[in-house]
Amino acid sequence: MNILTLMTFIPVVGAIVILCLPRDKDNWARWGAVVTTAIPLMMAVSLFINFDRTQDEGFQYEVIANWIPSFNIQYHVGVDGISITMVLLTALLSFLCIFASWGITKAVKAYFALFLLLDAGMMGVFVSLDFFLFFVFWEVMLLPMYFLIGIWGGPRKEYAAIKFFLYTLLGSALMLISILALYFNTTDPLTMTNTFDMVMMMDQANHSEWLRGGQIFGQSVPLVIWTALFIGFAIKIPAFPFHTWLPDAHVEAPTAVSVILAGVLLKMGTYGILRINFPMFPEATAQLAFYFLAAVGVVNIVYGALCAMAQTDLKKLVAYSSVSHMGYVMLGMASFTEQGINGAVLQMFNHGTVTAMLFLLVGVIYDRAHHRNIDGFGGLAGVMPVYTGFVAIAFFAALGLPGLSAFISEALVLLGSWQQNPMLTMIAALAVILSAGYMLWALQRIWLGPLNEKYADIEEINRREIFTLVPLAALVIYLGIYPTAVLDLMGASLNSLNGVVSKFL
Amino acid sequence: MIPEISWTILLPTLLVTGTGFAVLLADLATTGPEKDGLGWIGIVGLVVTAIASAALWNTQASGFDGTIVLDRYALFFNVVFCLAAALTLLMSMDYLGTIGLRSGEYYAIVLFATAGMFLMAAANDLIVLFLGLETMSIAAYVLAGIWRPDLRSSEAAMKYFLLGAFATGFLLFGIAMLYGAFGTTTLTTITAEIGPSADLQRTLAFGGVALLIAGFGFKIAAVPFHAWAPDVYEGSPTSVTAFMAAGVKAAAFAAFVRIFMHTFAELAVDWRPVLALLAVVTMTVGNLAALKQTNIKRMLAYSSIAHAGYLLVGMVAADSLGGAAVLYYLLAYGLMNTGAFAVVIALGKRGEPNESLDDYDSVGLRHPALGLCMTVFMLSLAGIPALAGFTGKFYLFSAAVGQGYAWLAIIGVLNSVVSMYYYGGVLMRMFMAEDGKDVQGTTHRPYLTATLIVTTVGTVALGIFPSWAFELALGAFQSLG
Repeated sequence: MNILTLMTFIPVVGAIVILCLPRDKDNWARWGAVVTTAIPLMMAVSLFINFDRTQDEGFQYEVIANWIPSFNIQYHVGVDGISITMVLLTALLSFLCIFASWGITKAVKAYFALFLLLDAGMMGVFVSLDFFLFFVFWEVMLLPMYFLIGIWGGPRKEYAAIKFFLYTLLGSALMLISILALYFNTTDPLTMTNTFDMVMMMDQANHSEWLRGGQIFGQSVPLVIWTALFIGFAIKIPAFPFHTWLPDAHVEAPTAVSVILAGVLLKMGTYGILRINFPMFPEATAQLAFYFLAAVGVVNIVYGALCAMAQTDLKKLVAYSSVSHMGYVMLGMASFTEQGINGAVLQMFNHGTVTAMLFLLVGVIYDRAHHRNIDGFGGLAGVMPVYTGFVAIAFFAALGLPGLSAFISEALVLLGSWQQNPMLTMIAALAVILSAGYMLWALQRIWLGPLNEKYADIEEINRREIFTLVPLAALVIYLGIYPTAVLDLMGASLNSLNGVVSKFL
Repeated sequence: MIPEISWTILLPTLLVTGTGFAVLLADLATTGPEKDGLGWIGIVGLVVTAIASAALWNTQASGFDGTIVLDRYALFFNVVFCLAAALTLLMSMDYLGTIGLRSGEYYAIVLFATAGMFLMAAANDLIVLFLGLETMSIAAYVLAGIWRPDLRSSEAAMKYFLLGAFATGFLLFGIAMLYGAFGTTTLTTITAEIGPSADLQRTLAFGGVALLIAGFGFKIAAVPFHAWAPDVYEGSPTSVTAFMAAGVKAAAFAAFVRIFMHTFAELAVDWRPVLALLAVVTMTVGNLAALKQTNIKRMLAYSSIAHAGYLLVGMVAADSLGGAAVLYYLLAYGLMNTGAFAVVIALGKRGEPNESLDDYDSVGLRHPALGLCMTVFMLSLAGIPALAGFTGKFYLFSAAVGQGYAWLAIIGVLNSVVSMYYYGGVLMRMFMAEDGKDVQGTTHRPYLTATLIVTTVGTVALGIFPSWAFELALGAFQSLG
């Protein structure tokens, strides 16, 4: 059986099995979840090893099967350089998050079943090559998230859950309409019928006249559909001004869910733009990227950083730092240079690991102190030295210290972007000072300075927590020194995508 | 001249009616809890009828001077009606005892209503349609009020009857005008006459069409003809409400679609804008009103109004894709909505219906299996992928987009987003609210459990593998010619 199919559906099987376990077998559920995420992780490693890094066109490990023939809907999956990085990230974070969820005691079976379903949904989004299938997975992933925040979340969980849900659903609604418009205007050249196949949609020769240059609502069709799709994805990124659900969701979500939310879900927004907007509407992308990606991206960077600086809740600070860091991804994508676009996808991967660390670290003190108020701590470095070591790695990576992974990707983004939008790049580069500001300030208030006596005998980070952090820290350092390990994977596909789009500049 | 009696064409209708009489006879021989077993006779009869209908799939016949037809279209609906009625009977066997309403005639009347529905789907003549409609409606009025000790039930029956009679009046007057225009009530003849019709004929025909829209609008509870629905849905015994939403609505659509999308296909230019407007208003009003409800049956009533709006979107598309989408959606809606009402029944017991939304607080945490079922139904009603409701909406809206009604699809999709707020609200109460009262339905209700299993599995299966049902629906719609 196809490896991607297995990676997507093994968690589903795991979820069903866990639901069927007898009552009071909470540990079985936990270990079941470990097993069903470990297998995809091992498969991901084999994908990483066997992936053909030179192939610049088309997809690998592809499967096509009929699903709903009356609408030419297929089960079509495959990976290329863009999605493989996200598949690896998803597999890794899902596995680690199971351990980060060990302390969940409320409705354990349901929690892990939903978590595995979420895992399957995310994997499905990244491997789908049929737009209908993509949409199904996109929504399927939404639901477990809604329940995970709403049932296991903090005090304002209902509000956060429904806000997250409705925001994303609104984006999905726009996406659905765009999908239908694309379907009815894309013809499969072999059968001469309409198709949902994303690979077919990426070839403008298959588009109808209307889709190529018609008018709708007094605007050019490609621009309208591009914008509708963009809004759907922008909500997920989240791009300013659609970001307001993110802090709420993060603050209320349990640690592991925050990790997945920031580590994987946000990437779906930028992934969607690269996978769908760029190749399907290259001309519209070239026209609109400056406003919707570059300018909005810089607003994200600066606004997110300023908001982060104003926070008193550590988790909210990390949440806003995500808004800021995702801005670099958008800026890099809009540069239409090889450095910029490779930097953007590398930043997606790096942000996934760094922010996962940050949320795990926040979870560690929250579990012990039951609050996350930045001013409520002080001098924790003295009592929790190991923990503080991990904090230092994560914080310095997040503020872009050379030698750690995020520096490379942000530098590549700025390097690429300079050639296209020097003004915006300057602002973005200056904002690095802001991120250093909020990160270091938080570090100082919580971990340095005189010890807050209340936490004199706080428990040091335990082995399970260390286990979740070590692989991420290792990646952060390794990719800071040798980024080629990941750049290699995506280079060929991204450069050919960049070639398609930059023709229209 | 007495037309020749065609037994094949009448076979499904006769089977159901016969089962109804069998139930009535058996009723005489049973007392007390034994009467629950009467449901079995009904269910067996319905299953046999459904099988017979499926076996007739390849026949295309018309009889009684062409007033009744037996085509795939009618047969597809027969199966949908049998499913709705059988599920209703199945859950009633547990429910009626709970509310202290053990009566044999209940089962018989459900079967008679089903026979009326069969006639509506098979009618090729406005008079036959009217007969079917009355058979079904009168049975439905009785069912609404069958729980005599309950005042709300009587109120519901009275309201339903008065407004229903009014609606029937509209319909009948519309039929009269059409007769005036074309000199016939047979649909196929009308189709042939529409093309070359003269001005006066057209004026009369338009009047007739408008009145038919009003008449059917009442039956499907489209805004602004929806005022009866919330009260009737709330007051009727819950199993009857489920039957109204799944069966009666589907029957009204069966006739509505046949007449408009086939007979009056020629006039589509004229009725499409009207139905489009009706669809927009129905979806929007239904969903917005549902947001504010505090009683789950009322909420589901408004949701049912909204769903009539989605279905109208498919009719506006006016092509075979749209028609098939309507048929498919009625099947999906029957499953998921009946399931939702079964959950409502499961939470109630004698003297304590637990129909307020407050009663749903944290139910999902205490009864996970029930919670899981409700999750499936609510999400399916809201149109979340991989469930029947999503696939149905997808078909409906893509038909609209394909016919250049993208704006209507956009409004429909936005409405679905709004609807998620109240469907999600139920789930939020069930799973996220911390402490509610410990709602405990009567335990050990095997029939209700069976209903829930069938509807849940059906909703999921139809969502993941929609093709076969859609192909059948397409074949059914195309059999109209």
